Amino acid sequence: MSEATNDARAQILGGIRRSLRRGELTGEARSAVETRLAAPPRGPSVARARLPQPEKVALFCQWADTLNATVARVGADEVPGEVTAYLARNNLPATVAMAPSPLLEGYDWASQKMLSIRRGRGEGSDQVSITGAFAGIAETGTVVMASGPDHPVSLNLLPDTHVVVLREADIVGGYEDVWERLRARYGKDRMPRTVNTITGPSRTGDIEQTIELGAHGPRRMHILVVRD
Amino acid sequence: MSTPPTKPPVRPRRVALFVTCLVDLFRPSVGFAAVKLLEEAGCTVEVPPLQVCCGQPAYNTGDRATTRAIAAQVIDAFEGYDAVVAPSGSCGGMLSHHYPGLFDDDPGMKARAENLAGRSHELISFLVDVLGVKEVGARYDGSVTYHDSCSGLRELGVKDQPRNLLGSVQGLELREMKTPEVCCGFGGTFCVKYPEISNAMVGEKSADIASTGADTLLAGDLGCLMNMAGKLQREGSAIRVRHVAEVLAGMGDLPAIGEPERG
Amino acid sequence: MESTAHAFKSNVDHALADPNLQDSLAKLKVGFSERRRQAAERLPEFEALRDRARDIKNHTLAHLDFYLEEFERKVIALGGHVHWAPTAADARRIIAELCQSVNARTVAKSKSMVAEEIALNEHLEALGIAPVETDLGEYIIQLRNEPPSHIIAPAVHLTKDQVADTFLEHHAKLGFDKRLTERNDLVAEARYVLRQKFLDADVGLTGANFLVAETGSSMLVTNEGNADLSNTLPRMHIVLASIEKVIPTLEDAAVLLRVLARSATGQESSAYTTLNTGPKRPGDLDGPGQYHVVLLDNGRSSVLGTEMQDILRCIRCGACMNHCPVYGAVGGHAYGWVYPGPMGAVLTPQLVGVEEASNLPNASTFCGRCESVCPVRIPLPKLMRHWREREFEKHLTPKAVRQGLALWSFAARRPALYRRLTGIANRMLALFGRADGRYRALPLAGGWTRFRDFPAPQPGGTFHARWAKRKS
Repeated sequence: MSEATNDARAQILGGIRRSLRRGELTGEARSAVETRLAAPPRGPSVARARLPQPEKVALFCQWADTLNATVARVGADEVPGEVTAYLARNNLPATVAMAPSPLLEGYDWASQKMLSIRRGRGEGSDQVSITGAFAGIAETGTVVMASGPDHPVSLNLLPDTHVVVLREADIVGGYEDVWERLRARYGKDRMPRTVNTITGPSRTGDIEQTIELGAHGPRRMHILVVRD
Repeated sequence: MSTPPTKPPVRPRRVALFVTCLVDLFRPSVGFAAVKLLEEAGCTVEVPPLQVCCGQPAYNTGDRATTRAIAAQVIDAFEGYDAVVAPSGSCGGMLSHHYPGLFDDDPGMKARAENLAGRSHELISFLVDVLGVKEVGARYDGSVTYHDSCSGLRELGVKDQPRNLLGSVQGLELREMKTPEVCCGFGGTFCVKYPEISNAMVGEKSADIASTGADTLLAGDLGCLMNMAGKLQREGSAIRVRHVAEVLAGMGDLPAIGEPERG
Repeated sequence: MESTAHAFKSNVDHALADPNLQDSLAKLKVGFSERRRQAAERLPEFEALRDRARDIKNHTLAHLDFYLEEFERKVIALGGHVHWAPTAADARRIIAELCQSVNARTVAKSKSMVAEEIALNEHLEALGIAPVETDLGEYIIQLRNEPPSHIIAPAVHLTKDQVADTFLEHHAKLGFDKRLTERNDLVAEARYVLRQKFLDADVGLTGANFLVAETGSSMLVTNEGNADLSNTLPRMHIVLASIEKVIPTLEDAAVLLRVLARSATGQESSAYTTLNTGPKRPGDLDGPGQYHVVLLDNGRSSVLGTEMQDILRCIRCGACMNHCPVYGAVGGHAYGWVYPGPMGAVLTPQLVGVEEASNLPNASTFCGRCESVCPVRIPLPKLMRHWREREFEKHLTPKAVRQGLALWSFAARRPALYRRLTGIANRMLALFGRADGRYRALPLAGGWTRFRDFPAPQPGGTFHARWAKRKS
């Protein structure tokens, strides 16, 4: 850390403490905030995030649909076929960029003779991407993407069409349930580099306050909700 | 287990009317309407002679010293009454919501300010919420639209009370605006400090009023009413403008605000 | 950006005479408030969440030093860097040096009001670094060389036709020489043009809605996805955020997210909510190699512990301006600086000086609608009143207003004198033509009678005079 940084840091922190009329937090006051940080209290619980699992799944599908995504509920063996059929229904090319993830490799893509798959990060020219999802949030129909070697962030953003494969078991009630799962998977102090929570396709209301889809990210989001 | 005897509602008997400067100078009938409504609800009404203004002009200009002096004067003038009632949400809100904060450094005065605040009310909410008045015996042949003045609405929660009482007025039809809760642009000194903005706001308000097709505009604050009446009349509108208390008190046949004397 | 807040009154005249702006504002006033109302009604816990959001921010402000240090510790632990910037100039210098360290030629910027606050674009341009705004609204106003007029909808003052003209002027050289008429075509053209800019950019600069101390993450909320492209594709990601953006934990973020989108646009959720933590990890196929957070103070620490502290709770949703009848009449540019509307009327005097911005806290009727929708319950009218008190103390209140007030208060503090004066005023007003019931013009009341008639007093004297007679 350079000296200038040190001075600036001391200046800001000192200014805050002067304004708050105290020195650095110590003793009980400090342990109280440390405890709060270690065991984060939840906010007021939201009823619609506390439903039994089947209703969570239904609520997820309902919100995703309301918020301009499309949803198909399928069995595990139907995933590759539904992808091909979706592309055909929407006159999209049968060439896709796919996240190199074990979850996705578990499906029988070889069954789709017409489908051409490239595995890797997203490129500017990609039309369609397929990724898994770390979780789905029932409260708002949101999919959660955790970055890593098996899930490049660019696949969530660059293609025109984003196909998401989400297992029913991964649908949770609200954000708080996602945080719990992230901590369990990655450790409390180690979030993935990027966690994208995505609710429907990209949109903008910047011209005359009227929503247009596909501002910078995908214009279409199709979610395959896979039965357990 | 026996049910406890239900207490009869406690009715403050000695009520002081806070007339407000605008009612005093421009439209005394609002004050007399308030007296009538309060007396009909069983109160004894007095008008403390040492009252002047609640201090909002100084308060909203940032002159805290003057505001405190005036507040102290009001606190003195209204000592000892069971309730203090103003036919205005803005002056009522000043007494009940803003006075205590003026005396944070003076515990004695703060206690007195809080005592006054606890006894202070806007007229219509006092009638409905405190006295339990559910209907009035008035008649008004016409269609009215009701503007929610800002302080009454957002500081004091005056929203349904006037509408409920208006619902009991024979011959009266209520037609709601699209946005009755949006400010009319009066804002005390605001309307002369920023007349162009104020005019844009009241212009929009008058269009909303006109679109209801109502023949009468009502509200609970004379400042807002004078502003809206002035705009409607400048635009050549025939819509009449009255204080809600006048209609509820059966005084809806008086010349409206800005209307010439008859006969 | 250069402040024109001192010219508020002439800014207002321009705004009221601009038909395109007035059309846009007419739409804004209805649309945003109606959507917010519906979103709030769909979530029964909304009011409880607002209370909690207020409490979370208050708790954080009371321990701001602790949470900033904790945030810094976590960022560093995961390979990121934190830079402390006491002033706007410090932040500009830090960012410029970071850009120069990777020989950056272009910076893909995602909308950041703090970047506007420190006039970052002008600074980078002067150094030969091209900032490219990628939020559609910001991109449009960057092409037009205009400041934003709204904190979440920067181009809300423009019509589709104005955007079409701007795009034709600037995109023709890229081969787009047809003037577009449809919104979706305009969006598609901007998407195409900006996509290449993202792929070419050396640095991505974003703001942050929240900085999460628990995890050392910056959290960004957008609808377009531009911020995510900005923080994913370039090799360096710089987050520019002011110090009050820090919050303790992800659980706190969940509460704030629930009130943010609903208050801002009436959405259940914005399309993209993203947590970024440190640089790209080993094995990652994309992401920036460097992650820097610039923490800007710029006077905020001195607001702590004062009667203005509540403004530091602000989460920049824009609800206050969406519901403000003054903003609705004049739009954002009239306020003359980065932050318009009620939150701007409180923050701008703090950041550019109350002498420069003295009009802003006065241009309010105190209607209270802003406070009634604020997701973190900032008492905005009260804070504007505090500014008026400071102006009064500093003798910045206009002389005519002070003199008028002094006369009035002299009388108001002497009830007997006041009664005599109101009696005289009552009779004087009668002389001006009570027969009409109103006046089209009145001496000393030009501000009123230029636009409105003035109602005449009822005949028969003041209330107090008549009451005294009735009692005698």
